[in-house]
Amino acid sequence: MFDIERWQEIFDAIQKNKLRTFLTGFSVASGIFILVILLGFGQGMQNGIAKEFESDASNRIGVWTQVTTQEYKGLNPGRPIQLKNNNYQSINSKFSGNLEHKSPFFRLRNVTVDYNNESGSYSVQGVSPLFQNIENQFISQGRYLNYGDEESVAKVVMISNKIKRELLKGEDDPIGSFLKISGINFQIVGVYGDKGGDREEDRLFIPISTAQRVFNGSDNLNMMFFTLKPSSNFEETLAKSIKFTEDIKSYLREAHTVAPTDPSAVNTFNTLEGVKRFQNLTGGIKFFFWFVGICTIVAGVVGVSNIMMIIVKERTREIGVRKALGARPWAIVGMILHEAIFVTSVAGFAGLIFSMGLLEFVGPSLQVDYVLNPSINFRVAISTVFLLIIAGALAGFFPAWRASTIRPIEALRDE
Amino acid sequence: MIEIKNLHKSYKMGSNSLHVLKGINFSVEEGELVAIMGSSGSGKSTLLNILGMLDVLDEGSYTLDGVPIKNLNETKAAQYRNKFLGFVFQSFNLINYKSAMENVALPLYYQKVGRKERQEKALKYLEQVGLREWADHLPSELSGGQKQRVAIARAMAAEPKVLLADEPTGALDSTTSYEVMDLIQKINDAGNTILIVTHEPDIADMCKRIVHLKDGVIVEDKKITQIRASQYV
Repeated sequence: MFDIERWQEIFDAIQKNKLRTFLTGFSVASGIFILVILLGFGQGMQNGIAKEFESDASNRIGVWTQVTTQEYKGLNPGRPIQLKNNNYQSINSKFSGNLEHKSPFFRLRNVTVDYNNESGSYSVQGVSPLFQNIENQFISQGRYLNYGDEESVAKVVMISNKIKRELLKGEDDPIGSFLKISGINFQIVGVYGDKGGDREEDRLFIPISTAQRVFNGSDNLNMMFFTLKPSSNFEETLAKSIKFTEDIKSYLREAHTVAPTDPSAVNTFNTLEGVKRFQNLTGGIKFFFWFVGICTIVAGVVGVSNIMMIIVKERTREIGVRKALGARPWAIVGMILHEAIFVTSVAGFAGLIFSMGLLEFVGPSLQVDYVLNPSINFRVAISTVFLLIIAGALAGFFPAWRASTIRPIEALRDE
Repeated sequence: MIEIKNLHKSYKMGSNSLHVLKGINFSVEEGELVAIMGSSGSGKSTLLNILGMLDVLDEGSYTLDGVPIKNLNETKAAQYRNKFLGFVFQSFNLINYKSAMENVALPLYYQKVGRKERQEKALKYLEQVGLREWADHLPSELSGGQKQRVAIARAMAAEPKVLLADEPTGALDSTTSYEVMDLIQKINDAGNTILIVTHEPDIADMCKRIVHLKDGVIVEDKKITQIRASQYV
């Protein structure tokens, strides 16, 4: 390998056969280039989709009820089921070990909200302080609702950045000012933002106790929200959360005397199942890009093999001459492979450096939906380069070996 | 130098077998200049190829400089070719991307001679064939006669025991042929053993001995008075 004479011989051959060298190198470099760019974009799409799914806590479970559809224990179908505060409390005490965040939920739709002379229609929702974590909200100004508000049934309200812009006309510091919800004065304690963007910011939040008392909710709830403590791995977390939803469903059916088979009286959603779907989707994308990438590499390998075979064919006569002049078979194989490996290595790394440079410098400034910061694992990229070099060497070895064993007289006869 | 006894060689052509050499007995002393003559298909090139270890014999024995040439693997054959033999072909067989000097230096590369020494030796042999100034030219820039002289220089560079030439003048006009023969005669004068395959009587007459092959057997083997090529140049 470090035979200086051989190196000189190979550099001679490369220098004097520029087109051949260029074609071999180009097919290798373009193969690597395409693969790296493809895998980079696969990663970019995964990043982009992950960002789209960022808006809510990913392990959120929601519970709500509708009317019964099945007759059960002498009760007629069509009976409305109403969630109550004590249902929420029972679930809390029953599953306290599993729960991470929790909040009851009481909703007032299309409520008129007034501030000075401005008026708008919004959804007003009564929640607990932990609702912030469930919705992935952040505080822009002031504070979130707290348990003090809830206990003292305080008339306090959280507004969003969007409402602040629309209704308060961009007032700098609204904390402490009052707005009217259905004509009742509420003091603004905080301004929140939501990672999900504007469409998640059309809501005002007040303490659950205040919502129920002021708006005649008695002890009714529209929904309950929970998140679970994550387990060490995703599969386990998912299994636990599915079991949890089944458990609260059966508890609520029992508490409200609903048939265990009633499909719509007690409902839940579980975003973790969405996460599962999302993971399947990104997994699918990843698989697709790998598949295309591997096909590209296979095409590259085939291309390199073809070129190697043509090179050997083209050099058959030269090989015959060299053998007549005393070249041993291994010297011939060594010469051809040495050149092939050298050219594919240089071209492979050139393609690698060029494509990674492109991802590195152009990638972050790319502004396309669902593609974010395309990048590639360096180890993966470099292993594909080595794979291609090894494949090229193997592909070159057999024709080279065959050529080296042809009797020189036959090689010389080759026209 | 060369000792051949009862040499047989046949080629398989599909289902038929073509018996090319049918029992050749033949020997060459050191310093001889032998012409092997015969019409095409007489087996003269086959004989030369076997002598040059480019082809293998079916039957009989071949001894070169006291070494029996038998059952050689490619590695051994390559070693012997490099050590014992120099080749000159009808179609020159220069490597087209190498300059004249690099072509001449090539057998030395396979003798593991260092680059500097290779170049010096190559230039020395190019000088002998009168092409010192053409050392850096590619074969495509040389005339036919020049190419053959480069090929002869290359064959001589390894300092072989025997020089084998297969129709060395076959692709050349008569003036150039005589120049090449003049060169071959001079090399022979220096004591080298040379075998030439040819079908041209005037080229054969410039050797010291003519062996006539017909249908795979030697029909005539005579020593002649050499005609010097220099008188035509």
